[in-house]
Amino acid sequence: MTVMIEIEKAEKSFTMHLQGGVKLPVVRGVSFQVNSGECVVLSGPSGAGKSSILKMIFGNYRCDGGQIGVRHQGAILDVAKAEPRTVLNARRDTIGYVSQFLRAVPRVPALDVVAEPLLAAGVSREQAREQAGRLLRRLNIPERLWALPPSTFSGGEQQRVNIARGFISKLPVLLLDEPTASLDAANRAVVVDLIDAKKRAGVAMLAIVHDDEIRHAIADRIVDVTTFAATA
Amino acid sequence: MAATENGADQPLLVADGLAKSYGRLAACRDISFSLYPGEVLAIVGESGSGKSTLLQMLSAQLAPTSGRVSYRMRDGVLRDLACLGEAERRFLFRTDWGYVHQDPAQGLRMAVSAGANVGERLMAVGWNNYGRIRDTASSWLQRVEIDVERIDDAPRTYSGGMRQRLQIARNLVTEPRLVFMDEPTGGLDVSVQARLLDLMRSLVNELGLAAVVVTHDLAVARLLSHRVMVMKQGRVIETGLTDQVLDDPREPYTQLLVSSILPP
Repeated sequence: MTVMIEIEKAEKSFTMHLQGGVKLPVVRGVSFQVNSGECVVLSGPSGAGKSSILKMIFGNYRCDGGQIGVRHQGAILDVAKAEPRTVLNARRDTIGYVSQFLRAVPRVPALDVVAEPLLAAGVSREQAREQAGRLLRRLNIPERLWALPPSTFSGGEQQRVNIARGFISKLPVLLLDEPTASLDAANRAVVVDLIDAKKRAGVAMLAIVHDDEIRHAIADRIVDVTTFAATA
Repeated sequence: MAATENGADQPLLVADGLAKSYGRLAACRDISFSLYPGEVLAIVGESGSGKSTLLQMLSAQLAPTSGRVSYRMRDGVLRDLACLGEAERRFLFRTDWGYVHQDPAQGLRMAVSAGANVGERLMAVGWNNYGRIRDTASSWLQRVEIDVERIDDAPRTYSGGMRQRLQIARNLVTEPRLVFMDEPTGGLDVSVQARLLDLMRSLVNELGLAAVVVTHDLAVARLLSHRVMVMKQGRVIETGLTDQVLDDPREPYTQLLVSSILPP
């Protein structure tokens, strides 16, 4: 078992300059680890900073203090201090992120949206599309939709396209922000299976899930975010 | 593939303490950054922020008042643009660089055929086989989604979106390593913009191009760029990974820009 995510005393606050410079503390003293092959679930009420922690690990939010260690190419990379291009490399080779919403690019067909991370990793277009098709089928996206841009899909369909895109690559670290929020029971079960398969493949996962049943099914450990509450 | 895997861990373009003043007016002040192969940098800010002046200095069209711009030539040597010989400058402008103007009429010859507009850049680098030039031109028209039937028509008969796509084909035909773009989607309808952005995004990815894109449109920056520099009153006030700067802006002015986007 290898430590894949190692967070030490990370903190985050927002300063809202347009609201008179009011400072919103989010989290402080965030410290935990995630090992390969396990799924850690962040718990806490809305607004506790769960998504902010995921975004700091992905480099999408800045971190105001502490360390955000992610094992990248054999060494721990501090995402909080890394150069933009290093963060981009880490996103390509190491850290995957499945958000709640798909940020659709106009005109790109669903199949290519899903295949894109594999293409970026150097897989041939044909192979990437084949794997993308397999995942979309498993997530019950009818084949007649594959050639259409997902911007026209329903919320649940978009989320499944997003999940397929997140799970297609072989990245060793996966961040999941409510991956099952708008899915029906059958598709929730598919996602639980996908997460199990990732565990067996040694992927380290950090997830946010509100559904107790899903949390019970996927969590190896729970980290309570309220213990990192930052008060002004 | 990734810049680091090409052994391309060295910057392609380096700006070092760049400044430009017009009398007492400082259009750009103390700008330094490095651009790596395959990297797309967006420069955002409102009119008058100095972003176009910066682009002109980066592309050797305007001499800086102080500081310098260096470019890694194909022999791997980083050279100060101010010290290049005429042949080297010509090589950059005709082959190794592209420049996409906001107004396609500035980047195209409006009265000659589309095929000739694309072929001209090839002839300038020594191509002389008419059949090959025409074949290459038509394959580029297809890549930018222009009907090959229109190859003999002059761009003045084209729509705004087609003209912009033709300008892109003309720039990319010589396989440049670096492309400068000045408000490439400015003045186009929203639907036409989306098509153009999508096309530029896939071409930049496929060709592994480095690009500097000046835009006042944060959506363009988000879709096209890896990194963003926010300019205000001639200075770079915030810089970083594009999604980080747009999702977690730190400076008051950047927060204002981000909060001024109308929700889709």
